[in-house]
Amino acid sequence: MIQALALAGLTLVLGWLLSNLTENLARSGLGFSFDFLGRPTGYDINQRPIPYDAADTHLRAALVGAVNTMIVAVLACATATMLGVVGGVLRLSGSWIVARLMAVYVEAFRNVPLLIWIIVVFTVIANVLPAPSAFRGDDPAADMLLGLIAVTNRGVYVPLPVLAAVESQGWGWMVVLGVLAGSALLTRALGLWAARRQAVSGLRPRTWPAILAIWALPLAAALWALGLSWDLPALRGFNFVGGLQLRNSLIALWLALSLYTGAFIAENVRAGILAVDRGQAEAATALGLTPRRTMRVVILPQALRVIVPPLISAYLNVVKNSSLAVAVGYLDITGTLGGITLNQTGRALECVLLLMAFYLTVSLAISAVMNLYGRSVALPER
Amino acid sequence: MSDTHAQSVAYVRDTFIAEQAPPTREAGAVKWLRENLFSSIPYTILTLLALFVIWQLLSGFLPWLFGGVWTADSIRGCREVLDGARGGCFAVLTERWNQLLFGFSYPSSQYWRPTLALVLLFVAVAPVLFPDLPRKLLIVTLLYPFTAYWLIWGGTILVPLVALLGVVVGYVAFTYAERRGFAIGLLAAVAAAAVVWWMGGLAAENGQFLLRLTPVQSRDMGGFMLNMILGTVCVSLSLPFGILLALGRQSKLPIIKILCVAFIEFVRGVPLITLLFVANVVLAYFLPPGTNFDLILRVIIMITMFASAYIAEVIRGGLAALPRGQYEAADSLGLDYAQAMRLIILPQALKISIPGIVNVAVGLFKDTTLVSIISMFDVVGMIRGPILASTDWNGVYWELYGFAALLFFVTCYGISQYSQWLERKLATDNR
Repeated sequence: MIQALALAGLTLVLGWLLSNLTENLARSGLGFSFDFLGRPTGYDINQRPIPYDAADTHLRAALVGAVNTMIVAVLACATATMLGVVGGVLRLSGSWIVARLMAVYVEAFRNVPLLIWIIVVFTVIANVLPAPSAFRGDDPAADMLLGLIAVTNRGVYVPLPVLAAVESQGWGWMVVLGVLAGSALLTRALGLWAARRQAVSGLRPRTWPAILAIWALPLAAALWALGLSWDLPALRGFNFVGGLQLRNSLIALWLALSLYTGAFIAENVRAGILAVDRGQAEAATALGLTPRRTMRVVILPQALRVIVPPLISAYLNVVKNSSLAVAVGYLDITGTLGGITLNQTGRALECVLLLMAFYLTVSLAISAVMNLYGRSVALPER
Repeated sequence: MSDTHAQSVAYVRDTFIAEQAPPTREAGAVKWLRENLFSSIPYTILTLLALFVIWQLLSGFLPWLFGGVWTADSIRGCREVLDGARGGCFAVLTERWNQLLFGFSYPSSQYWRPTLALVLLFVAVAPVLFPDLPRKLLIVTLLYPFTAYWLIWGGTILVPLVALLGVVVGYVAFTYAERRGFAIGLLAAVAAAAVVWWMGGLAAENGQFLLRLTPVQSRDMGGFMLNMILGTVCVSLSLPFGILLALGRQSKLPIIKILCVAFIEFVRGVPLITLLFVANVVLAYFLPPGTNFDLILRVIIMITMFASAYIAEVIRGGLAALPRGQYEAADSLGLDYAQAMRLIILPQALKISIPGIVNVAVGLFKDTTLVSIISMFDVVGMIRGPILASTDWNGVYWELYGFAALLFFVTCYGISQYSQWLERKLATDNR
């Protein structure tokens, strides 16, 4: 009865909204269609991870934006995790002043809006770092780090690895990734073998030299075969050429997202470490486990059970927060599809729908991973 | 006693040695330093590193803070006064103080109204936040939304008065009709309130000039005031919606459950900024042609949707944390669903969820700065727009952003400290 009423009410409201929509669309003469995605954009994107120019379609621009979103999200997740683990551990450290300093870091970033941090970091980069011209002359005001990396107010220039022996860089890197995946599989197999040996003989064979070889040798061989060389940034005229330019907008967004998310992760890590009972470590020591094994097989698995779920939702937040890129002009999918394309074509409804669909897909994919993990570590219950 | 060992040992002490002070390294400040700063070599290195970092930060920051200029009419004026010395140009804060707090088009003669509303806000939330205060203060809380609306937006007092009257009549109708069941009570309340509002609307049109304050348009709201308005309104509106959504998600009725799950997962899966785009450019498509209501109202609707999905998840956690016995006990007392929820389940579940709700509220308050991206002039929008764009203050970044960050820090840190205090207070009776 209540359900029928709710359903009827909802249908009525939705019907009313949709009838308004069709009427409004008819009045504005726009109609509802995704044709605009196939038309050329006519605008440029300054960071192009995949080939793109102004003659390409809006769909292609959206794709470039999506890749840019994923780039900054992955970079920020990685550094935020590092910052968070270091911060969380240091906050529990025996040095009172270090613990206080980390508390200040966490509170400062957790209580101030991310948008302000992004803008502040962007302003720092643009105003404090030296201009490329400072690197010129016999006695330059600024030096490149190790002669390889140039940190300027136009962005950071880093050496770019180039695979000289292959036509398509993309396929070359795929091969490298494949080799790495193979190494990972071999490592896993080795670990299983070592566990079996341990079960039979009581002694765990020493595996680390083999693991080192499994990772290093194939990688080195593959890179050598593909002809790895480095494209170094160099100062020509008023600016740097060569190498890979990481733009200010990317750096600002990346740094601010990492620092902000790192503060949240630090709290999770701290909670995770505190959640493992002291007796667990003592029991492991009493059983004669070495400190390393204690950490590896007793403490970490239990701490991770507490740390990982909020960690994954922090990653989810990084992806969603990366949409603040528009504030510093980083062209992620919100900047291309939800920004320039929307304003150029006037197709607000379609653009926003696609934008939401993109974020929703990414979010649901990440939560699916989270559920899988949750199921795999759930304590068996009666 | 003294001659017990007289044969075997030459001398045996037979009095206690007077108590002595512990060695210096085991007492007082030295002990504390040894244990907390220099307990081992790695920690000593860490401590020294931390001291170095703090020194670096403070040696840059303190001269800037204390050498700052507080009175000047532009950035050039600041530079003249400073004359190359290190110091902030805080004159921008004194000169643009009102713009930062109230935006640039709120009538300056009326600044006392939002200020008074803010003061009253503290009085109104106090009885909610601190259960030890007398319960009669809750009346202030109940009256607050209407007072605040009248103070901030202005106009005749009849509008909020009629709204209040509608709520009161609705409540009275509810208490009378509730005996026939919760649903009937609710219907009666809505009907009674609607009648009052309809009649009151007619009266308000005739009484335009009763206790009239200068009306202010929504688009004239700005500065930190806008952040406060959006934060308070959206958090308080999203609480009831969040409770309903959480109950819906837990309910046994499949259709309602699916609807609630779909709504919650959808909203939680997209960034707030896309919802603000909806408010800005899309929402108008879904309304009858010709209607055109405030951007601020559209933004409030979308942020409330956003927040209620998150609050629903927090409350769902609270509901799930209750022992099954509570539900079964309510059933065995013969209470129906509405009674069981209202009298047994929700009071306990909400209590468990308070820290989570406060977290959502803090996050939401910080997220109100996003409205600057759809070109509303909240405090960040004011800084990025009119203030930094003016030739007088172009280039004064740190002072302005530092001030905005400070405003948010004080508010959010205060709220989270309150939440921790409350958690400690509530934790006692669970053991």
